[in-house]
Amino acid sequence: MPAPNFNPDREQLLSALQAIRPKPLILTKPEELKPYECDGLSAYRKLPLVVVLPETLEQVQAILKICSAQKVPVVARGAGTGLSGGALPHEQGVLLSLAKFTKVLDINPERRTATVQPGVRNLAITQAVEHLGLYYAPDPSSQIACTIGGNVAENSGGVHCLKYGLTVHNILQIKLITIEGELLTIGSHSLDAPGYDLLALMTGSEGMLGVIVEVTVKLLPKPERVQVLLAAFDEVIKAGAAVGAIISAGIIPAGLEMMDGPAIQAAEDFAHAGYPTDAAAILLCELDGTNAEVSEQLMRVHDILLNSAATEVRTAKDAQERATFWKGRKSAFPAVGRISPDYYCMDGTIPRKHLPQVLQSINEFSKEFELAVANVFHAGDGNLHPLILFDANQPGQLERAEAFGGKILELCVAVGGTITGEHGVGMEKINQMCAQFNSLELTQFHAVKAAFDPEGLLNPGKAVPTLQRCAEFGAMHVHQGQLPHADLERF
Amino acid sequence: MSEQDLSQTLQAQVQAAYATGTALTIQGGNSKTWYGNPTQGAALSLAEHSGILNYEPSELVITARAGTRLTELETALAAEHQCLAFEPPHFGTTATLGGTIACNFSGSARPYLGAARDFVLGCKLINGQGEILQFGGQVMKNVAGYDVSRLMAGALGTLGVLLEVSLRVLPKPETELTLVKELSANAAIQQANAYVRLALPMSGFAQLDGQAYLRLAGTAGAVQQARATIGGELLPDGASFWLNLREQQLAFFQSQQNLWRLSVPADTPVLELNGQTLYDWGGAQRWLFSDLEAADIRAAVTNIGGHATLFRQAAQQAQATESRFQPLAAELLRYHRQLKQAFDPKGIFNPNRLYLGL
Repeated sequence: MPAPNFNPDREQLLSALQAIRPKPLILTKPEELKPYECDGLSAYRKLPLVVVLPETLEQVQAILKICSAQKVPVVARGAGTGLSGGALPHEQGVLLSLAKFTKVLDINPERRTATVQPGVRNLAITQAVEHLGLYYAPDPSSQIACTIGGNVAENSGGVHCLKYGLTVHNILQIKLITIEGELLTIGSHSLDAPGYDLLALMTGSEGMLGVIVEVTVKLLPKPERVQVLLAAFDEVIKAGAAVGAIISAGIIPAGLEMMDGPAIQAAEDFAHAGYPTDAAAILLCELDGTNAEVSEQLMRVHDILLNSAATEVRTAKDAQERATFWKGRKSAFPAVGRISPDYYCMDGTIPRKHLPQVLQSINEFSKEFELAVANVFHAGDGNLHPLILFDANQPGQLERAEAFGGKILELCVAVGGTITGEHGVGMEKINQMCAQFNSLELTQFHAVKAAFDPEGLLNPGKAVPTLQRCAEFGAMHVHQGQLPHADLERF
Repeated sequence: MSEQDLSQTLQAQVQAAYATGTALTIQGGNSKTWYGNPTQGAALSLAEHSGILNYEPSELVITARAGTRLTELETALAAEHQCLAFEPPHFGTTATLGGTIACNFSGSARPYLGAARDFVLGCKLINGQGEILQFGGQVMKNVAGYDVSRLMAGALGTLGVLLEVSLRVLPKPETELTLVKELSANAAIQQANAYVRLALPMSGFAQLDGQAYLRLAGTAGAVQQARATIGGELLPDGASFWLNLREQQLAFFQSQQNLWRLSVPADTPVLELNGQTLYDWGGAQRWLFSDLEAADIRAAVTNIGGHATLFRQAAQQAQATESRFQPLAAELLRYHRQLKQAFDPKGIFNPNRLYLGL
């Protein structure tokens, strides 16, 4: 299936959009389009033909019907915090911003659900329900800014998904508008719905199958107690073994994070979290639940960590120390951005047992490509974020970093893992999809896409590569520490 | 417990059926043939395509061929103090992994720990053109490509023949106990919802004949703390109650009427429907024996955002002319058909079992 060519008539498109009543906000001047040229992955930039910011479902339907009739590509965008270029505009298309859909439509404390518009921020959901003792569990690091529509489109994770699952486990129903402008209700307010599990299919579909216009999320009760342990190790391999030992003991921590030496050093210099900077690795283990449960598990995890040859185990004394423990981990990305002109962030996931082997290989690649690497992991679920340090102003370093990253992702696939645990494929990992899936599987993906969008107008060129494309390469490239949305936590 | 890989044979059978446009009826252990709408086709048997392929307790993942018996899986997991947290009903000793996922059946822990589909991490399948494809994987977090693996859960085999499935598994709770309290159905539904908001370690809440059954699971201390909050009497053999509920072996299930499964929002009060009702999932799943017309039952549940399935049809009744499953909105049905077309272009897998024309 070749990449389709789009050649819409700009004037005809604009006049049709201008005729929508009530008229949505339409941006066409280059300086108005500029803020939409990229998402959180700023290495890729393009200007769309036009940006439209509708406020009602009817307007979204009208826009999609126009695009469908005139064969114009449509890229939906939430807050634009995505890290894989999923919301990169199409030069021949409409950038459809859902930013004006910011209403919390309904909160049902009995059912423990909230129904919100797609432009509601992840953290704003929790803020809207915390007076009821409830919260929304998935917590991607950008949760202060990222929106629920984008979370569903990317199946966002976060630090706590080991215990509480991804977005797909925490939503009940979505409303979605197809490229033909049809409004579909998918899922239900019950625990299941008749027919195919389209809710699972749509979650993580990266804007390829429809535009999400409403989401009903499940809410959880706030745990009675939360506690965090910090353990230091003189070898990374011992920290990896400790992770396995905790899980094998039948304990599922709320969060289980690891950092290696270079990441600890960078984080400590930046955040002054009191980390042991001579350690080869540290683990952060968060336990939550009822008071009794946390007390019991705390003692057990403490023992397991010591038995796993931790050189030091600390338990946070209070909420403030807990926040300090987390602060270093949560500022790892900007911290690394401070010590290196550029870095390249990977998002592979592996079966945890391969952690020592994969870490060793990453160290070998580091020597081979003569580029340093700092490793931060969601250790509990095997999701790695190696940060490859380089300087794009030095000839050849960017290419070496990209080659290094490519080898890491291929290794993740080779040991039975995946190229992306939580950031999505988007534009960035479109080529590595060819390493993970064969041409029959990619063809099946294209058939799924065609079932909803036969003309391929929704987010063309993203998420699933055409078979011809399977040779090119992409990268997340952060220059001079200028991470887009630099004020956001990244972890 | 046989262990063999019949992928090639099965693929050849599907390829032949595709070439001639012959319908296939996919069979595992034949424990759930009564479920869904009638389908006709040549048998494609997965029963001998079995064996656990990979199980490492510290990874919390098990991968097995679709014909592997549930009992074999559960025995292997129990040996490592782990379990399938969604507590799949077997409905017979021959139940297989593939059939369990195809039906997306989940037991009493479902509202608290998730449904079968929530634990699916990856699968290998044969599509309607006889191609062997692999989706998802053996890791918790994986957002590469569309989530085809979870799409297979509950599709009743109409989109593909499951060959292998990887599931997330969980540690068995350290302590489990069941409390019984006298409560009306409405009071029980209210209490089930209130207890969830108190973050109590619940793993089951059912109501039958004026009695509420509450199951607590977790660390010993957490369970004792919750027991003090809840009160009620300890049910000595709680485990058999939940097993008999899951397998529909309680006396309640000995009726000769149609058995309906109602899936409704968690806080739905008692619905005034003629018949006998057992409340599971804290009230979100209701088993109703009734002679009422399908249309009446469905109208009552759709009004409140639920749906109804004719789960088991009374033996003496003529085959129903309409779907066992709640009819879909026209626009949704259209996308179901297009999706079916994408996986099974000649419509050879379990035709009509889920919906007419799928």
